[in-house]
Amino acid sequence: MIEAKNINFYYKDFQALKDISLRIDPKSVTAFIGPSGCGKSTFLRLFNRMNDLINGTRLTGQCLINGRDIYEKAVNVDELRKDVGMVFQKPNPFPKTIFENVAYGLKVNAMGRKDFISQQVEKALVAAALWDEVKDKLHKSAYALSGGQQQRLCIARALAVEPSIILMDEPASALDPISTARIEELINELKNDYTILIVTHNMQQAARISSKTGFFMLGELVEYGDTKQIFNSPTKLQTQNYVNGNFG
Amino acid sequence: MNRKHKQIIAFTAFRIVGIIVVALLIWILGFIIYNGAGTLSIDFITTSPTDGMTNGGIFPAIVGTLCLIAGSMIFAFPLGVMSAIYTNEYGKGLIVRIIRIMTNNLGGVPSIVFGLFGMSLFVNTLGFGDSILAGSLTLGLLTLPLVIRTTEEALKAVPDSYRSSSLALGATKLQTIRHIVLPAASPNIITGLILSIGRVSGETAPILFTVAAYFLPKLPTSIFDQVMALPYHLYVLATSGTDIEASRPLAYGTALVLIAIVLLMNIVAAIIRRKFEKNLITN
Repeated sequence: MIEAKNINFYYKDFQALKDISLRIDPKSVTAFIGPSGCGKSTFLRLFNRMNDLINGTRLTGQCLINGRDIYEKAVNVDELRKDVGMVFQKPNPFPKTIFENVAYGLKVNAMGRKDFISQQVEKALVAAALWDEVKDKLHKSAYALSGGQQQRLCIARALAVEPSIILMDEPASALDPISTARIEELINELKNDYTILIVTHNMQQAARISSKTGFFMLGELVEYGDTKQIFNSPTKLQTQNYVNGNFG
Repeated sequence: MNRKHKQIIAFTAFRIVGIIVVALLIWILGFIIYNGAGTLSIDFITTSPTDGMTNGGIFPAIVGTLCLIAGSMIFAFPLGVMSAIYTNEYGKGLIVRIIRIMTNNLGGVPSIVFGLFGMSLFVNTLGFGDSILAGSLTLGLLTLPLVIRTTEEALKAVPDSYRSSSLALGATKLQTIRHIVLPAASPNIITGLILSIGRVSGETAPILFTVAAYFLPKLPTSIFDQVMALPYHLYVLATSGTDIEASRPLAYGTALVLIAIVLLMNIVAAIIRRKFEKNLITN
């Protein structure tokens, strides 16, 4: 269970998020949409504290995962990030082999011995619907894969450490339509086991894959609700204009 | 005159300048090879100078220079790489800016000043005397800014996306640096090492007061011994030997050996670089 309570977030003097509160259902897909610079990615990155890497940011409010505020002093950020995986916009495998890419998270988190790691790598690649394509070239470079395969590899890499939540920051925006469709299929599969938060520019995508949608604009969460309702009968004029493609 | 003509004129000018530079380089190299090749022999690189340095070889100076290269790198390389990791990966704000300004300024200090500083600190205050240790430390200090700068550039060239995806998997910052950033940066760090070795092996001023012996036909047995070194030996042969005319061919031979050593180091480093690049599996 994820809950944001009165989140305000600042880059130096610029307020990127304004008093945002919402609850996210476990084992579901929640999409965040909105025009560029609306704060949706910033909001997503709160949940694995990736925003901590940027200088001069400030946060007020509470960000709860299973009832615990992940911004408490006692929280181990590395442990948190193991539990909250992330897939980035551009496929970004490490300059290592396919196997090593998936095994990396297991190794740095000291999760088991060699044979366990091999098992886990296979499991993650199967879960990311990539196993059949790469099982014969596990020790080849990850960069020998196509863009779409690389992105599924990055998903496998995130799955290998067995997170409970996966954050996806426009995971298909750099991919061709066929690869995008495969990623969407994959997300549909994964939601049975994981809580998925996805930021997307593509409104049809949000409509296809998510059960709930949040519409952000100028740092505010304008509207949040069931995806069907957001797209079919939005209550706010701004949402209506956006989902109908009148701007953005 | 239209844009196209301007472009042709500009590129022609660039090309001519480029050719002149390369030609000068080839000329210098050719001059040294022409004058020095006759002196080269197995004996020349395996024996000590004799007859008031008008005859014999330069073996002790070769050994001395190799010692100084190794000594200065043992000192400067880890220190430089670590401080570059600090400034690029960990540090932020004012401290890093101060460190950067300091290293840049340090890089601009004339090498003779390093020589005097080394003499004052290592030779006298710390009591190392004229020794390989004092000379290596002085040369190490001299090249430290170069190592730091090239390592920083190498680290900067590693895409941030590698760092964020490693951190996002729960790796600590140290693990990220150790397993992702350094391997990706290592080929360029090695290039920095090559540059530093080139610089160190050719310097005369810093070793003048800290290690270099005018004439010392025996090999060092400890790091507290003095040694001869190629650049200083060359300087001696060319300006203050016992018989400058007689030792002139030896001077060219020494110069040739010095260049050959730097070239050899570059080749070795290039091989190491290639090996590191192979470890990075990018295609």
